[in-house]
Amino acid sequence: MDGLLPELEVVRKDFPILERTLAGGVPLVYLDSANTSQKPQVVIDTMVDHLERHNANIARAMHQLGAESTEAFENARDTVAAFLNAPSRDEVIFTKNASEALNLVANTLAWATGDLAVGPGDEVVITEMEHHSNIVPWQLLTERKGATLRWFGLTDDGHLDLTNLDELVNERTKVVSLTWVSNMLGTVNPVARIAARAHEVGAIVVVDASQAVPQLPVDVAASGADLLAFTGHKCVGPTGIGVLWGRREVLDQLPPFLGGGEMIETVRMEGSTYAGIPHKFEAGTPPIVEAVGLGAALEYLGHLGMDAVHAHEQAITAYALEGLATVPGLTVLGPTVAAERGGAISFEIDGVHPHDVAQVLDSRGVAVRAGHHCAKPAHARFGVQSSTRMSSYLYTTPGEIDALVEALHYTRSYFKLG
Amino acid sequence: MSTELDALYQEIILDHYKNPHHQGLRDPFEAEVHHVNPTCGDEVTLRVHLAESEGTTVVEDVSYDAVGCSISQASASVLTDLVIGKPLDEALAVHQEFLTLMQGKGTVEPDEEVLEDGIAFAGVAKFPARVKCALLSWMAWKDATARAGTTAGTPTEEATHG
Repeated sequence: MDGLLPELEVVRKDFPILERTLAGGVPLVYLDSANTSQKPQVVIDTMVDHLERHNANIARAMHQLGAESTEAFENARDTVAAFLNAPSRDEVIFTKNASEALNLVANTLAWATGDLAVGPGDEVVITEMEHHSNIVPWQLLTERKGATLRWFGLTDDGHLDLTNLDELVNERTKVVSLTWVSNMLGTVNPVARIAARAHEVGAIVVVDASQAVPQLPVDVAASGADLLAFTGHKCVGPTGIGVLWGRREVLDQLPPFLGGGEMIETVRMEGSTYAGIPHKFEAGTPPIVEAVGLGAALEYLGHLGMDAVHAHEQAITAYALEGLATVPGLTVLGPTVAAERGGAISFEIDGVHPHDVAQVLDSRGVAVRAGHHCAKPAHARFGVQSSTRMSSYLYTTPGEIDALVEALHYTRSYFKLG
Repeated sequence: MSTELDALYQEIILDHYKNPHHQGLRDPFEAEVHHVNPTCGDEVTLRVHLAESEGTTVVEDVSYDAVGCSISQASASVLTDLVIGKPLDEALAVHQEFLTLMQGKGTVEPDEEVLEDGIAFAGVAKFPARVKCALLSWMAWKDATARAGTTAGTPTEEATHG
């Protein structure tokens, strides 16, 4: 098969969990990477090494371990900046996850003054395919500020409906926030085109890149985003660490988010002044070893090459779409052409509820997600309550897709669907 | 592997799933509740109609509209079979018995005399992720019954039109 990662079997050996067997001795077929990815040995070892040999708090410990820990943490920031092609390392802010990054933006916009302030009559535009974490913070912001929340609808084939782009994004629009790659439909959105319109009317563009950073070469400078969020655990890094990247001009204008240690310049009882970016947004002891692990993860992806990772995803996704099409009664939600989508494929099977599909697949070692995938509005748009989702990653083999498809046929026969 | 699966998906459960009993929303009723399982999105709207008969409160009807997996659907069907027509205190005892079974992590031996088709859910108790599926409609019934208790004997307006 063209496009697969070279030496895929060697790459798989980097991920110890892939050798696991499950109840009944069946091998693991992990197809839930859009939920969380598995971790290569180098990430695990880097984190263990940090805890075993370099652990100390950062930026406040005047001893050798403190210096080593600080250096490791700040090196991770350099790695993230280089991975995203960020113009400056100071534009990389560590958060707990993508949700926190998006909430940081929505909350500080609520407190912002000047050009960025959001108030009555202003509009925030999102899309109907967002993860709940890119819906709820904007509902909270617009409710609190008396602004209006609007959104792009979806076409029947799972793309954003851009026919009303110029009307929807208008001179009242202050923020356009959208996902780059949908976690449910898989759709890859035309971020640059929408950003161009947003910038025409003076709005800022926030991009949820949680599913994009793991799968696509991401160049923030070229993307059109003013602010971009992603989480570490979906791109072979640990949980507990996310990133907010933002253009310096925007971050400098936003007020602080959480108050505390590290985010200050000086504190007096009468009032405080604040540190510059990135520390302005990093109150308290950060997730140090998690940041170090994320650095190792992005270096690992960098060694594989994101073009190669993307080509692999495309090849596996095309193969999966072919395989799924052989299952009677199965409907894919979202684009059915691999080139238009990422590696998460949600589907329905007539007559079997997604939980029951996932349960039968699990009994055969195939791990998928079932439910609404934190995208209830997108499900409602397609008239379904929930779906089953398979999501591949750089370690997924064609053989694993075969195992999924075979297990889906078995599921139909188990539930006596002819 | 499919022994485990068969323990979960007993024939009785699949039968109730394919042919659910007492489905649909009916009048009259004293209380209607809407319960969701936020992690998976399963939903049930459930109505309870209580009646007084010779000084005893009786579960006259339980009607429901539900979307969800086979376990949650079958469980609603079995619930209605078990409680409709029973004196309320007996129905509450059955509820407690089912709750004990589901929360027993597979260690509780179900009493067929009390739970009838409900014993088929004994296997579900071994799958922690599915216990909440089985309990969705039961919790909704408990909630609706508690609310109906305060308004028993005064059916809603829709009910009088029903």
